[in-house]
Amino acid sequence: MKRKMEKSELIFKIIAYVFLIVFALMCVYPFIYALASSFSSTEAVDGGQVILWPVGFQTTAYEFVFGDNVFWISYANTLFLAFVGTIWCMLYSIMGAYALSKKRLMGRRVFNFILVFTMWFSAGIVPQFLNYQATGDILAALGGTTYAEMDQKWLIIIAMGMNATNVILLRNSFEGVPAEIEEAARIDGATEMQVLMNVYIPMSKATIATVALFFGISRWNGYFWAMRMMPNQRFSWPVQVYIRNFIDSYSGLIKEVLEGNEWEYSIKTIRPGYEHTDVSVMSVVYTMVICAVIPILCIYPFIQKYFAKGVNMGGVKE
Amino acid sequence: MFKLKCDDFLIYDEATGTYSMSKEQQVRDEHERKNWQTVGITLLKDWRLYLMLVPMLLVYFLWRYMPMTQLLAAFKNPNTPGVLASDVANQDWYGLTNFKELLFGTTANTPMFWAAFRNTFAIAFYGLVFGFPFPIILAIFFNEIRSNVTRSVIQVCVYLPKFMSTVIITTLAIVLFKGPHTDGIMDDSVGVISKLLLAIFPSANLEAAASTAGGLIFSPNYFRALYEITGIWEHGGYDSIVFFAAVIAVSPTSYEAAQIDGAGKMQQMRYVVLPSILSTVVIMLIMKVGSLLSVGYEKVYLMSSPKNYSAADIVATLANRWADESQSTLGIAAEMLNNLIGMILVLGANAIAKRASDVSLY
Repeated sequence: MKRKMEKSELIFKIIAYVFLIVFALMCVYPFIYALASSFSSTEAVDGGQVILWPVGFQTTAYEFVFGDNVFWISYANTLFLAFVGTIWCMLYSIMGAYALSKKRLMGRRVFNFILVFTMWFSAGIVPQFLNYQATGDILAALGGTTYAEMDQKWLIIIAMGMNATNVILLRNSFEGVPAEIEEAARIDGATEMQVLMNVYIPMSKATIATVALFFGISRWNGYFWAMRMMPNQRFSWPVQVYIRNFIDSYSGLIKEVLEGNEWEYSIKTIRPGYEHTDVSVMSVVYTMVICAVIPILCIYPFIQKYFAKGVNMGGVKE
Repeated sequence: MFKLKCDDFLIYDEATGTYSMSKEQQVRDEHERKNWQTVGITLLKDWRLYLMLVPMLLVYFLWRYMPMTQLLAAFKNPNTPGVLASDVANQDWYGLTNFKELLFGTTANTPMFWAAFRNTFAIAFYGLVFGFPFPIILAIFFNEIRSNVTRSVIQVCVYLPKFMSTVIITTLAIVLFKGPHTDGIMDDSVGVISKLLLAIFPSANLEAAASTAGGLIFSPNYFRALYEITGIWEHGGYDSIVFFAAVIAVSPTSYEAAQIDGAGKMQQMRYVVLPSILSTVVIMLIMKVGSLLSVGYEKVYLMSSPKNYSAADIVATLANRWADESQSTLGIAAEMLNNLIGMILVLGANAIAKRASDVSLY
């Protein structure tokens, strides 16, 4: 039986729809605007004529960015950091979480506490920075170089991106695996590693995918420590640092430009001798933003459901 | 000669004047030895498990606990140079002088610290007040959409900003809220959102803020509002997932019962939905309160410039800057203070929740 909708209900529904649609549009609009601006001419971008679609269509900004080798080097760096960093984090997190999920592990509470305490208290940026420098020496010695000469990428991969919440997510998921299956595997003579590889990991695929994505996204997005640890190693920068540096250096928005220096607002000043001058720095910035966002946009539809799942798993209990 | 008072495990032999172990104690000792043997056997049997634990513990020890040893520097003399652990060990003890200077000092550092602390608290507090209810409202509204396709499309849109990096988000915010420059640094182009705002609220105040600082983001008067708005924009959709799961768990029969009793939409919200999602709300609130003082420094760092330090500088970014100005010890002390208060907030919120509703996070 279909009930007639009450007036208050109808109003509520309309408000809900309007609110959600407006908010959804607000969420995607900046990216649409960036896309449109990256294809627009200087006058259109600087004059604020661009609203939804390109005005004064040009592809010079893309030509400029595609010709910018350092941008693509930093892009490759980001891919490298995200990929290797995620593998490294997953490796020790899965092994650690597996050990912690075992009730028979002696000192389990102590190990858990060691993990959880880092969620309550952190030493802060400055001690961490000093510590990264100090431990960087050790890593450099292991790699046969000195701290000053070493590629800081490795320090970032190995030392950063740890996350206690992710380990706890994995641990909870491993705890949910029925003990009978493990026993059956053990009777068949499986070793500890085989049990982990052939029983636990296949049975917690969803959680592992989610946690890997959490790690991957945080690696892909990481900015602060990369900037802090290697301000001068231009060819090891991830793309986030490169983009920010580009804005800092060429837009005059954040850093003050020297007095009396008339700010020329075109990419000709960035790469002297570059023949096209009809593109504004802003278009280049938008192009870089679009380039940096595209990989995420490509995998986003596929990973979205895992994230929704992951956030609901998040019952952190100890 | 005196007799030892140890009757519980030793027996005094009057005749020979010697002590001997009591039978009970022998049993107890045996038991304990067995216990230690079991410990040894377990450790030995499970050595693979411990080996698996080693890399993680090592990583956490090296890069989460080792930095804490640097906190000693907060109690050392800032005027003796050297910031490595070995240098710090050689410096003079300074007692609480660093903390005194931060809290009640007379130098320029004291007001800077207090301003940063106030900013940290204000940013976090406004984030709680405005950022917390938003995802709940969103979740309730999502529940109104009956068509799965429409809802999925909207959800995909609103989760999107969460996956963008802080650099991308702040870049877009800086550029979209850009104002016309009047000091000859840059062209006079106006960001599309600033333009919209100026068209809707034509005030000289807003215009001045946009133009003098190079953008609304860099204006101290508007920084906080824009920080919170971009924060809601960034996290609101994603945070609604957990509330939405709670809202759809409400059984349709409850709504029907309420409707039959003549409840309007608002009454249904008040008496059906709200009680059902309360426990989720409480958990999320604890989490929020707990992380009150750990404001994401990356975003603040990216959104601040010397022009808006008065509103945007938080303790972490201030400490970071002090470290560059070779005032590391002061920075370490400031952050330590901030993080200790943060820890008290986490544990306090958790304890209150435990007492109030059996819901606890840790």
